[in-house]
Amino acid sequence: MEPRVGVFVCHCGTNIAGVVDVARVAEAARTWANVVHAEDYKFMCSDPGQAMVKQAILRHKIDRVVVAACSPRMHEATFRKACAEAGLNPYLFEMANIREHCSWVHEDKQAATLKAIDIVRMAVAKARLLEPLETRSVKVEPKALVVGGGVAGIQAALNLANAGIKVVMVERQQSIGGRMAQLDKTFPTLDCSACILTPKMVQVAQHPNVTLYTCAEVEEVSGYVGNFDVTIRRKATYVDPDVCTACGICLEKCPKKTTSEFEEGLTTRKAVYRLFPQAVPGKPVVDRESCTYFVNGKCKVCERFCEPKAFRWDDTDKVVHERVGAILVATGYDLYDASALGQWGYGRFPDVITGIEFERLNNATGPTGGRILKKDGTEPKSVAILHCVGSRDRNYKEYCSRVCCMYSLKFAHLLREKTAATVWNFYIDMRCFGKGYEEFYNRLLHEGVKFVRGKAAYVTDQPANDDEKGRLVVSAEATTLGEVLRVPVDMVILASAVTPQPDAPAVARRFGMSLSPDGFFMEKHPKLEPFSTATDGVYLAGACQGPKDIPDAVAHGAAAASTAMALISRGEVEVEAATAQVTEGACSGCKVCQDICPYAAIGFDGPKKVATINPSLCKGCGTCVATCPSSAIVGRHFTDQQVLAQISALFAG
Amino acid sequence: MSTYAVPMLEVPDLIKESGGDTLDLCYQCGTCSGTCPWNVVRDFRVRNIITRAQVGLEGYEGEDLWLCATCNACVDRCPRGVEIVDLVRTIRMIIGESGSLPKTLRAVMGSVQSNGNPWSGDPAARTAWLKDAPVPRFDGSQDAAYFTCCSQAYDARNARVGRATLAVLKAAGVDLGLLEGEKCCGDAVRKAGGESLFQGLAATNVGVMNGLGVKKVVVPSPHCLSTFSKEYPALGGRWDVQHVVQVLADRVKAGKLAMTKQVAGTAIYHDPCYLGRHTGVYDAPREVLGAVPGLKLLEFARNREDAVCCGGGGGRLWMETPVEERFAVGRLREAVARGADTVVTACPYCISMFEDAKTALGMDSMRIADVTEIVADAVEG
Repeated sequence: MEPRVGVFVCHCGTNIAGVVDVARVAEAARTWANVVHAEDYKFMCSDPGQAMVKQAILRHKIDRVVVAACSPRMHEATFRKACAEAGLNPYLFEMANIREHCSWVHEDKQAATLKAIDIVRMAVAKARLLEPLETRSVKVEPKALVVGGGVAGIQAALNLANAGIKVVMVERQQSIGGRMAQLDKTFPTLDCSACILTPKMVQVAQHPNVTLYTCAEVEEVSGYVGNFDVTIRRKATYVDPDVCTACGICLEKCPKKTTSEFEEGLTTRKAVYRLFPQAVPGKPVVDRESCTYFVNGKCKVCERFCEPKAFRWDDTDKVVHERVGAILVATGYDLYDASALGQWGYGRFPDVITGIEFERLNNATGPTGGRILKKDGTEPKSVAILHCVGSRDRNYKEYCSRVCCMYSLKFAHLLREKTAATVWNFYIDMRCFGKGYEEFYNRLLHEGVKFVRGKAAYVTDQPANDDEKGRLVVSAEATTLGEVLRVPVDMVILASAVTPQPDAPAVARRFGMSLSPDGFFMEKHPKLEPFSTATDGVYLAGACQGPKDIPDAVAHGAAAASTAMALISRGEVEVEAATAQVTEGACSGCKVCQDICPYAAIGFDGPKKVATINPSLCKGCGTCVATCPSSAIVGRHFTDQQVLAQISALFAG
Repeated sequence: MSTYAVPMLEVPDLIKESGGDTLDLCYQCGTCSGTCPWNVVRDFRVRNIITRAQVGLEGYEGEDLWLCATCNACVDRCPRGVEIVDLVRTIRMIIGESGSLPKTLRAVMGSVQSNGNPWSGDPAARTAWLKDAPVPRFDGSQDAAYFTCCSQAYDARNARVGRATLAVLKAAGVDLGLLEGEKCCGDAVRKAGGESLFQGLAATNVGVMNGLGVKKVVVPSPHCLSTFSKEYPALGGRWDVQHVVQVLADRVKAGKLAMTKQVAGTAIYHDPCYLGRHTGVYDAPREVLGAVPGLKLLEFARNREDAVCCGGGGGRLWMETPVEERFAVGRLREAVARGADTVVTACPYCISMFEDAKTALGMDSMRIADVTEIVADAVEG
C-alpha cells in the first residue's frame, strides 16, 4: 500500500513566517507524490495545532506525518505523542527543521522559502520509508550518585536522602565543604560561612542513606538512564578510618610541611593532614606526594605517637563499583589564575592578592588568625578592590562572574570594620541583583567606602611622585568624572573571574555532557531545564553549570535533586527504539563494531559468530552502521534507504 | 543659546559607515584611558572621545583627537573588542575632510600627494640613499623584493640604517632585488585620516609589485609590515611580507648569518608598537640580538605586549610634542637608569623619535641603533 503523507508547516509566530513563505511551502508539498494533505498554521505545537494533526490523521487516513517547524530536540516528543494519540505509531513521524536551519539564519525571503521547500521535500522522502518501532521500558535503580561535596552537592544529597533514596557522594578532596568552606562571611547577611555550612556537612556524612567517599574520583561511567554503572577510585589514605579516633596528635607531630591548598598557599599544612579544622570526615589522611616516608623511605614519626595504631603504610587505591539510576554532577568552579592577569600585578607585587586569599586572611582559622595584614605583617592604610578582573572581558572570560560585586562589597565592609584603611572599589557596573543585595550596596555607601566607576587598567610600583613611593598605584579612568586617576594604596584585592574546573572537558566526556562556549557544563535548556543535561539521568547542581552565589547554588542543587527524584520514584523509564540492529546473515563476525561502539552496547554471539546489540545500551548514534564493512548493521529510523532518499530528494528539486 | 548638549546621531552613523564599525561596543569602562601612555605625562581620555562619538556630542573631534599615536595598547586591553585605532583614524578622516587638519600634517599630506613620500623628497631621487651600493633591481628573478621605506630614502639618519640593512641582508645571503616606482606604504597617512590618499598609494604600490610579479617582500619598517600584511590584502596586494628582523632571525637559526666580531656594550631593546602589538613580532629581534657576540641585552620594565610607544605613530612623528611629554624621553631615561649604553629598535620612526629625545636631553654618549646596525658591527667585512 502506498504511504499517505500529511505535511504541517508551522509559522512559529513570525519566527518562521517572517522569513519563509509558509503557505508556499505547503502549496509545494501538495504537488509531491504520496502527500495527501498539507496545511500551515501559526503554532503547530499549541493545543489547536496538535489537534489539527490528529484530526487530519483520522480524516485523510494519513499514515506518515511531517511537521516542518523547529528542532526535534524542541518538539519531536510533542508531535510523536500527538501521532500516538491519533493511533499512529510515533516513529511514523518526521520533523523538518525550517527554523534553526532556515528562517533564523537567512534574510533573503525568496531563497529561504526555496530552502525550506527543499528541507520539507527531504523529510517527506524519508517519511515515505519510515517503519513503526516499539519502545521499551526498563527499571530505574533507586539510588543516586552525587559528584562533588560542595554546598550544591550537599543540598542535593540531603534532599535525596531525606526522600528515602540511597545516595553515593564522591568528593575528590579530603573533606566535603567545597569553596564555601573557604569563605569567611557570606553576603549580604554577613553570617559566618562555616557556621551555616558545617551542620549540613555533618548531616550529610551521618545520614543513614548516604555513603560518602572522600579522596575519591569517578573514573568511569557506563550504562544509561536508570542503570548507570559507575567505577569510583578511592585513593589510598594510609590511615584506617575505622581505627583512627581523629585525636589529631599526628597533625602536631608530623615534621613535614607543605603548601596548604585550603589556605590558597598563604601558609603550610602537614604531610598528614585534614583540609581544615572542621573537616568532614575528620580523620586525617597522608599526602603521599609530600610525606617524608614516601619520599625518602623513612620517618613514620606520626605512627610512633598514634595510640590506636591507625596507620596502614601498605594501603592501596580501592576501586568501587556502584549501580545508580541518576547522576548529579556538582563539581563546582575554579578561579582564574591571577598570575596570568599581568597588568594587575599579581605574582609581581606581594600585596596584590586574590579575593579567595582575602577570605582566608580574614578568617579566624586562617594564616593570620583573621587579621588583615600585608605580607610584611603591617596593617594596610589603604586598600583597592578591583572588580571584573578577567570577567566581562573578551581577552579572558566574556561572562560576568556574578559573585564579585557582592563579595567586593563584603570585603569593603570587613576592611572598614577591622582596619582603619581607606577602601577603594573600582567597578564597571554594580550588579547587586539578589534579595537584599542592593540594600547591602546602599549600606556600604554609608560606610565611607570610595567607589570609582571605571575599571582599573593596571597596578604599578613605579612612582610618579613622592606620595606613590613604595606603594602600589592603581590607575583607572573615573568615567563619571572623565579624569584618569592614580591611587596609591598598600594592598590590592583582585576580584578574579570564576572559571570552569580545569578538568571540565574530561569530566564532560566521562558523564556524556557537553560544554557551553564559556566552558561550563551545558544545560538541557538555559531557562526551563538549567539542572538537566542532554544525557537523560545526568543532572547538574551548582556552579559547574555557570557562576552562582550560595543561594543560587543551593536552589540549583535542590532542583536537580527533585528532578532526579521524579525519575527514581517513577521507577521505570522508556528507552530509545531507534537503535542499531544486526542482520545476522550479513555479519562476518569481524568485531570491528565492538571496538568503536562508544556505549559498549555490542556483544558477540560465539556459536553463531555474529555481533549482538543490547538495545538498552544502544543510543542509536550510528557509528557501527557506518563502520561495518559488510553493511550488516541497520540504524533503525536512519536506514541507508531513508538517508539516501533524503539526499536524492535534495537534488531532485 | 542652549546650555544642553545636543546629540547629533548622524555622527555615530557616519563613523560606523566609514570604518569605525565597532563604535557601539564600548561600555564605558575606561580601560583605554587608563592604559593610554599619554596619561603618564598629560591628560588624554580616549574613552571621552568614544563616548562623545557614540552619541554625537561635541568634543569628540577636539584637539585631543590628534594626540593618539595609534600604539594599540588600548585595543589590546579593550574588554569589548573596540577597534579604537580604527575609530580614531575614521574620526580624523571625517574631520580632515571638513578641512580642520593640523597645520603640520597638512604639509605632510601635501608632500605625499605630490611626491609620494611625506618628507618633501624628490621622487626621482628615491634611490639616492643607496649611494654607490650595488643592489640589483627587482626583476622577478630574485627570491624577494625590498621595499624601501620613505624614511630610509629621505631621512639621513634612517638612510644610514638602510645601508646597514642591505649590507647585512647581503652578508646573510638573502637574494633580494630593490623595487622601483613605489610610493609611501600609506600607514601614517591612513592613521592620520587621509583615507583617499591612502587608497591611491595602495593602488600604485599594488600595481607596481603585482606588475613585477612580487611574491615575497622584505620591509624595513614595521609600519609597512602592518599595512602590507593587514590592509593591502583586501586591496589586491597579497604577498608574503617579512620584516628585516624576521628574515635575519630565520638566517641566524639556519646558521646562515655569521656574526664573528665582538660587539661591546649594553643594549636595551625597545619594541616598536607596529612590530609588537600590531603584528605580534617579539621574539625575532631578540633572537637576532641574542646571537650577537659580546652584546649584553637588557629589557625595559614594560616590554613586549606591554611596551610603551616611542610616540611617533599615527602621524605624531610630524607633530610637535613638549620635551617632557615625549614618550621616547621617558624611555631614554629608563634606559640610562637600567645601565644601557645603547637603545636598539627596529623601526625608522622609533629611530627618529629616540634620536630627537637624545638631542633634547643632551645624552651624547647614548647610542640609538637599529637591530641591523648592531648586526653590521658583528659581521666581518
